[in-house]
Amino acid sequence: MVIQKITKIYLYTRFERLWHWLQGLMIIMLLITGFEVHGTYKLMGFQTAVNVHNFVGLSWVILFAFFVFWLLTTGEWKQYIPTTKKLFDVIFYYAFGIFKGKGHPVQKSKGAKHNPLQRLAYLGISAMLLPVQMATGLLYYLYNTMPGTIPLTVLAVAHTLVAFLLVNFLIIHVYMTTTGHSLSSHIAGMISGWEEVYESTEIQDWENKATKKT
Amino acid sequence: MGKKKINYRKQIFGSILVIIFAALIIPGAFASKQVSGNEEALGIKLAKQAVRANKRWTTTDHAKIEILKQDFKSGDEITQACLSCHTDASMQFKETIHWTWEVPSEKEGIMNGKAGHAINNFCISGNNMEDKGCLSCHAGWNGTKGEVNCLACHGSEKFNYKEAFEDLNAFEGDDDPDTLEITKEIQAGIQSAVSKITMPQRENCGECHFKGGGGDGVKHGDLDTSMAQPNKNLDVHMAAEGANFACTRCHTTVRHNIAGRLYTRPAAAERKSLIDDDMASKITCESCHSNLPHKKADSKMNDHTDKVACQSCHIPEFARVNPTKMWWDWTKAGDLKDGKPYVVKGEFNKPTYKSIKGEFRWEKNVMPEYFWYNGSFSNIGIKDEIDPASIVEVSHPLGDKNDPDSRIAPFKIHRGKQPYDKIYKRMVAPLLSGPNGYWTTFDMNDAITRGNKTLDVDYSGEFDYVETTYAFPITHMVAPEEKALDCNECHIRENSRLANITGIYLPGRDRSNFIDSIGLIAVLGAFAGVMLHGFGRFFTRNGKEE
Repeated sequence: MVIQKITKIYLYTRFERLWHWLQGLMIIMLLITGFEVHGTYKLMGFQTAVNVHNFVGLSWVILFAFFVFWLLTTGEWKQYIPTTKKLFDVIFYYAFGIFKGKGHPVQKSKGAKHNPLQRLAYLGISAMLLPVQMATGLLYYLYNTMPGTIPLTVLAVAHTLVAFLLVNFLIIHVYMTTTGHSLSSHIAGMISGWEEVYESTEIQDWENKATKKT
Repeated sequence: MGKKKINYRKQIFGSILVIIFAALIIPGAFASKQVSGNEEALGIKLAKQAVRANKRWTTTDHAKIEILKQDFKSGDEITQACLSCHTDASMQFKETIHWTWEVPSEKEGIMNGKAGHAINNFCISGNNMEDKGCLSCHAGWNGTKGEVNCLACHGSEKFNYKEAFEDLNAFEGDDDPDTLEITKEIQAGIQSAVSKITMPQRENCGECHFKGGGGDGVKHGDLDTSMAQPNKNLDVHMAAEGANFACTRCHTTVRHNIAGRLYTRPAAAERKSLIDDDMASKITCESCHSNLPHKKADSKMNDHTDKVACQSCHIPEFARVNPTKMWWDWTKAGDLKDGKPYVVKGEFNKPTYKSIKGEFRWEKNVMPEYFWYNGSFSNIGIKDEIDPASIVEVSHPLGDKNDPDSRIAPFKIHRGKQPYDKIYKRMVAPLLSGPNGYWTTFDMNDAITRGNKTLDVDYSGEFDYVETTYAFPITHMVAPEEKALDCNECHIRENSRLANITGIYLPGRDRSNFIDSIGLIAVLGAFAGVMLHGFGRFFTRNGKEE
């Protein structure tokens, strides 16, 4: 086994980190209040839960629009282009390699922050689940002012289904953060912006410039 | 090293930003309710404007009217005095339901109303006004004959005219000075009472409407003697220390027709507020409060007004001071002790048994039952066929979830057992009071025979008892804002107040069991998966063998 030296590269900009944690916070608040509105448990009372849910949900829709705008203008959307290249390598790594001490088949880099599996997952979340959740949520919220379009039952059940899928994502996502060099290194990376990579990884010139700029 | 310094600065800066954002968003979300805390809701502003003029004023002092200072010998004479100025009053009044006790029906040969073919599950029928017991509430001096008793509604002094005139008649022609003295006193009493004329007060209306069905709180549930002088907890509108509304504040009147009668037609044909039409009757909540009664920040509550009646949340319980009758079982009537009728009193010092009427149940602080309601009721009259195998809904709210004019509204459902015609499968109308009534003879078959005859409806001669329900809309006893129902009373899985309102999606109550099961399995599966994976990494120590 080759022992490699670890170094750090500046991978996540301030805006991305802020967006990540803010969105995380909003999703967790929406899940907590949403499942109370759903009747799963009683925590803060139906009325407070509804008010918080509506406020956070609407805020999120507005912020998400800014986020999409940022994605498009910066070209960062390319980070989410799905690929099958090395996809199965990554799957095999998490299924077997990780238990044998093998290295991750795809190293993070400025040009490719996400491995092929992440690309698929995040694209699914950002382009499918979240828009569906926001659309059903908005229609649910505005149900009284635009009645008759889609029955409330359909909206509510779809909204609940996606909420369950998001809980699923959250569990796996949080767990996956522990698969870095140490249990907390990925989380530390998302806080500081500096992600640990192996020194052998080629760091290109433009990346260094980008680092110096900040 | 330089790099690392920058790292920490960034970390701290990033964390601070996140915390600031969170600090901005979280309290904002929780406080969104109070955002416009001091701002009054539109519905409150409008209602205050509608009642801004604090007192009615008049140019007539009835104590100075000469014609009222005479020695009256009968009630009719008093009314003649009234009519000498208010020439058309009696004519108007005699056309109203307060006098006729009749409501024309769309069905041929059917007349609704107490004096018509309608029945209830209390004293059952007015027997075409031949049941004299009922007539004590009829606003005439002598039942349906003779003149209107204006003072029943317009006299502010409670005075026993009947007794006074009976005494005067007895003393007629007696020259004894003592008798003359008494006669003078009685006349003075009558004149004093007659001079105290008023717009109908709560006590005037309450004399009948608080005591309908033969006693305090028997019928309505939201109208009883506690409503004569209610405090703010009992009724925000009528409380003396609050708005101090008389009944007529909402039950506005046109030609002595008083708004608010609910029968086969709604009290208000259109739901409009005084903004839409400043001559609209004030009979609905929306008349003054509009359909945006809550503050903007609580807009979700305003979203309710198209499907939920205001009363559903703002009258959490009825009969909050005095108990109301909830059950009346005629099958138990007729039990005698030593050949005499008797009474058993129970909780609240209210009768639980009367030989003449049967068994009763009284309740206090009763939770209403909720139904779709378009303002009308379905009625089973004495000529309608019934299905004795099921509970007969003698009166039941009409409405449908798909009807834009229907709201979910609260009701008192009075249940009981009462006689029906076994052969013709129709309800029957036993005659109760009077020498030949059931209360004297205790012969139900005979009472039904006589009672049905008053209404000209055939009776087969065979009767049995059937369980029935009678619905009263709950609309009075509006509680203060802070006592309005919590969302969780309806928006909850178990024991929702709206458990019987099905076919709609009620958030917090309803869900798809299928989706919820799949979701839960998926979540548990994901959790188990990551646990297993984690254990795998732990036991293989990530493959590292140092």
